[in-house]
Amino acid sequence: MEKILFLAHTQDDGTLPNVAREALAAAVDLTQKIPGSSLSVGLIGQEAKPAADAVAACGAARFLAVTGTEFAASRYASDVAAVEALVSEAQATLIVAPATIRFSRALPGAAQRLQGRIETHVSGLDVVDGAPQIQRWYYRQRMVATLARSQRPWFLVVDAGVFPPWQGAPGAAALDNVAVALPENCTRTRVVGIQSPAVKTQTIRPDAEVLFVAGAGWTKKQADGQLHIKEAEGLILGFLQQCNASLGSSKSLVDQSVEGEAVLSFMSHLNQVGQTGSTPRHPKGLATCCHGEEPHAVGWRFINERRAINTDPNCGWAQGKADVLYVADAFQVMAKVNDLLGG
Amino acid sequence: MNGGFHIVVCGSVVPDPLQTLAPIEGPTGPALKNELMLPAVLDPWAGHALYEAAHLAKNTPGSKVWLVSLGPKAKLQQLMMTIAQKVSFELVVLDGPSGGFSDASEVAAALAGAIDKIPDLDRSRLLLFGGCASASRDAGVTMQMVGERLGISDQFLGVDELTVEADGALKILERIEGGQYQVSVCAGAPAVLAWATGNLPEPPNNPQIGMMNMRTVMPALQRAQPAPVGAEGVSWRGVDLPQQRRQTRIVKDLSVEEIAREIVAWLKG
Repeated sequence: MEKILFLAHTQDDGTLPNVAREALAAAVDLTQKIPGSSLSVGLIGQEAKPAADAVAACGAARFLAVTGTEFAASRYASDVAAVEALVSEAQATLIVAPATIRFSRALPGAAQRLQGRIETHVSGLDVVDGAPQIQRWYYRQRMVATLARSQRPWFLVVDAGVFPPWQGAPGAAALDNVAVALPENCTRTRVVGIQSPAVKTQTIRPDAEVLFVAGAGWTKKQADGQLHIKEAEGLILGFLQQCNASLGSSKSLVDQSVEGEAVLSFMSHLNQVGQTGSTPRHPKGLATCCHGEEPHAVGWRFINERRAINTDPNCGWAQGKADVLYVADAFQVMAKVNDLLGG
Repeated sequence: MNGGFHIVVCGSVVPDPLQTLAPIEGPTGPALKNELMLPAVLDPWAGHALYEAAHLAKNTPGSKVWLVSLGPKAKLQQLMMTIAQKVSFELVVLDGPSGGFSDASEVAAALAGAIDKIPDLDRSRLLLFGGCASASRDAGVTMQMVGERLGISDQFLGVDELTVEADGALKILERIEGGQYQVSVCAGAPAVLAWATGNLPEPPNNPQIGMMNMRTVMPALQRAQPAPVGAEGVSWRGVDLPQQRRQTRIVKDLSVEEIAREIVAWLKG
């Protein structure tokens, strides 16, 4: 019999992030499929009542929370202490949590402290013969494994976009506060703020419908033998604005900034998609001036519909990595696309 | 910082990203086809951590850098031919598998054990560096587990910038959702920093650094302790390559205007 704990932290406004509702849906599904299992909810944050009430109808037997000013900020030491207390109070054997940055930092330490094990980037959950098994990717989305574990507690950190968010009517949850006394060494770190990267424009939009990826070709000499950096910036920003798209980049383009070459002013390493960058989830992706080499294309694993514009008909995108490859000059095409979107 | 930092970087080898990878069933679980034959590189994020460590040590007198690597000894020896020419460090080798299918918990235990045995390591000045995730297992959990085993309660994930303040405090920028940074100030060492890309380029090869490192690298390789990490408790139900090939339609003959119209229709569809 599994004791399942859905674990989440609140946002600044006291609500749960969308990815937490997705993880809750996974936890509820697991509870329904594993015979004799029970579900508890564990919340961390400055205040947890609004979040607990929002998911009151999820079928959990218990609602637990660690709350207070010290648990408002995303900090390893206090988060691990809170998770440890919640898992111990719930006597949980399976912990299902969303893959937020805050939990990605803290849950591995909590698993270690509780002598448990952890699987991150969970992209599938199933129950076979009454036991849970998970799916996750290895080698940066190059191969997918299905596995089960004997050790407990077992932390399952569910990636965003894998499950539909849990939907249910709000109610009044009976919330039990779990007291956690933080030792002095848990408050050596202070979170002092949030900072945008040193670029002109915020271009990363995880919830966008479209991922627009710019490759190094935008900053290379064009057919006239000249660089057209400003024009490239205008075309890319114009598209992002009109399409509300998120901006990704190949490694070669963002590396140019540290190598002192001409760069797009709004591009940073945070935009990088691929082997050493992110693997975002968007319904559509449009790659431009990028060759679609394997280390970059592995970052496109979770982009459903893929199109690319490149002047080379033999580029990587043509090798079964994109649905459509337009052999054309991206400067010309994107200028026309922007015209049409603006019209 | 009085006396500088003792910076331990955890990092190992991964297959060159340009190689084609295929899973096979090995005697103890999944493995890569021809794993020992594949060209290997330093795990990219661990590489960034190593370069940041060297940069910090250079600018903080009295600091020292160790590189703790768990991997096949022969592969690590090959890797040292390039890495040892870039930055100064003392190597600590654990001879064991470096593949992605070993369990992070077992890897963390081996790494923490090796760090614990480093002579003259001052734990009060310890900064534990590593990548925010590997290019093999890509779990992003090992550094936190090593830190936890070593009793370090200040940990940071996805770090792009570290500044040492005048009072010895550490100002750290961590990547968070939406392309932003969380700014934290930690009272000082010890701390765990799992790096993202940082801000430094890959250092150029410097033969003098290479010669200096090699004096300690070869003895370290000879002293390598076996570390037979695996994945106890894991039942593998299958490891497969995804059906990644798409039927790419290559459009060569349309005008710019026609292509643009097709793209806009697709975006709006």
